[in-house]
Amino acid sequence: MARMKFLCDADRCIDCNACVTACKNENEVPWGINRRRVVTINDGKPGERSVSMACMHCTDAPCAAVCPVTCIYPTEDGIVLHSKDLCIGCGYCFYACPFGAPQYPKVGNFGSRGKMDKCTYCAGGGGAEAPGSAEEFEKYGSNRFGEGKLPLCAEMCSTKSLLAGDGDVIAQIYKERVLKRGYGSGAWGWMTAYHEGIEV
Amino acid sequence: MTFLAHIRLATCAMIFLAMMVSAPAVAQKLGPDGAPNPTASVTSERNLLEQFPRAEGRIDIPDTKAAVLIQPAGRTWDYFHEVLLHWGGAIVILGTIALLGLAYLILGRLRITAGRSGQKVLRFRAFERFSHWLTAVSFVMLGLTGLNITFGKIVLLPVIGPEAFSDLSQLAKYVHNFTSFSFVAGLLLIIAIFFKDNIPERVDLEWLKQGGGFIKNKHAPASRFNPGEKAVYWLSLAAGIAVSVSGFVLLFPFFGTNIADMQIAQIIHAVVAMLFIALILGHIYIGTLGMEGAFEAMGTGDVDLNWAKEHHDLWLARKLASEDRQVRPTATPAE
Repeated sequence: MARMKFLCDADRCIDCNACVTACKNENEVPWGINRRRVVTINDGKPGERSVSMACMHCTDAPCAAVCPVTCIYPTEDGIVLHSKDLCIGCGYCFYACPFGAPQYPKVGNFGSRGKMDKCTYCAGGGGAEAPGSAEEFEKYGSNRFGEGKLPLCAEMCSTKSLLAGDGDVIAQIYKERVLKRGYGSGAWGWMTAYHEGIEV
Repeated sequence: MTFLAHIRLATCAMIFLAMMVSAPAVAQKLGPDGAPNPTASVTSERNLLEQFPRAEGRIDIPDTKAAVLIQPAGRTWDYFHEVLLHWGGAIVILGTIALLGLAYLILGRLRITAGRSGQKVLRFRAFERFSHWLTAVSFVMLGLTGLNITFGKIVLLPVIGPEAFSDLSQLAKYVHNFTSFSFVAGLLLIIAIFFKDNIPERVDLEWLKQGGGFIKNKHAPASRFNPGEKAVYWLSLAAGIAVSVSGFVLLFPFFGTNIADMQIAQIIHAVVAMLFIALILGHIYIGTLGMEGAFEAMGTGDVDLNWAKEHHDLWLARKLASEDRQVRPTATPAE
């Protein structure tokens, strides 16, 4: 069984934000919600690096653990999905998420955040809707995964910085890159998300 | 001169050694193809997280909290919420209930030793009772809905199923958020009304020495409030302020706060709330089951004269003196 992961090769990311645009367009995400974003570390300084970040679909996902209504769960492919029918918009998943992935349609004063939204790995939703249905698309966005495709952000990445797919495969691709070019600033977030780095 | 020559030789050798050591460091900055290594000056994720609790950067979107790239503390907060809080909260609350049950078995209901006199003394005025019950009803609602967020998925979810539990929890969330205002109003009233009578005084030591009225045949003197009640007052004041402030931080997420502040606010809110619930369980016990004649003080406002003599003799004496007359027999005898 494959274990789906994301890997952003920060030495290739050029902060073009195509992944952000692809995600918003493919999933028709509402205004104000960013399932994926690009953060630039040490902006304008030597050694500046940009990292594209969304839900990392963690091992032992902390969001799923803290959810008071247990609406978040991992699929057998390791993708972390949630049911918007059960979500009560308490915001705890955002406090627990190491990557700032959960998003809410509203600011959230007086507990009025609305239903949580986050990267679904383009794998539809975790609710009762039929996979690939219009209802599922309306609530959660695209279900490319059900069609055998990978998330569009990674597929569209112009420098192939953002990799999606089975964890072992993308780790191997990254290792080969680092060996060939002779350097690499590491797989950002992997230690926190998957309890393992990529040793080269 | 040989000494100077030695120094010169040693210096040369050290410079040579230093060059030997630094040479590979220079080489590391070049890639296999001879090009400069662009990651040589990059701060690695590990370094970044060793120096700072979070990796933060610049972001192109207005959502400023999205600038936090990685915050491993989220996993720590998860551990607090799912392990420490579940076990700690369960031990504190169930432990308190067990202790109170034990107290009831051992001590039983503390009776009015002299029996009821049938004469009544006003202990709490209507406005005082209103303030108490405003806070009390709010507290129970907040406590139940708050416990649901922590323990509901363990206790209630398996019983009523995910859909019903989700609907209930959504409702409970709004009840919790809006009841907070009546709780704070009641808390402020209580703090103001009962402040003067809860200031510690000399007689409190005597009360403690006499075993606080729990030891038979020993009389523990007290004014309007005894040290036990004063402890409930001051602890409720501290806990009430702590849960209110942390609660309002949680009610306005990321309003001048960052992710770490929100986690700390939640931890303070949860820990203090659990202890607060334990304290109030004790307060409820002694005010109802634990002591004969105590509940009516907050119920009707009037207490039996003998109850007042046994538990608040100094207060009763002062009250009777200030009224400057004997206690009138009430028109309707008690019970």
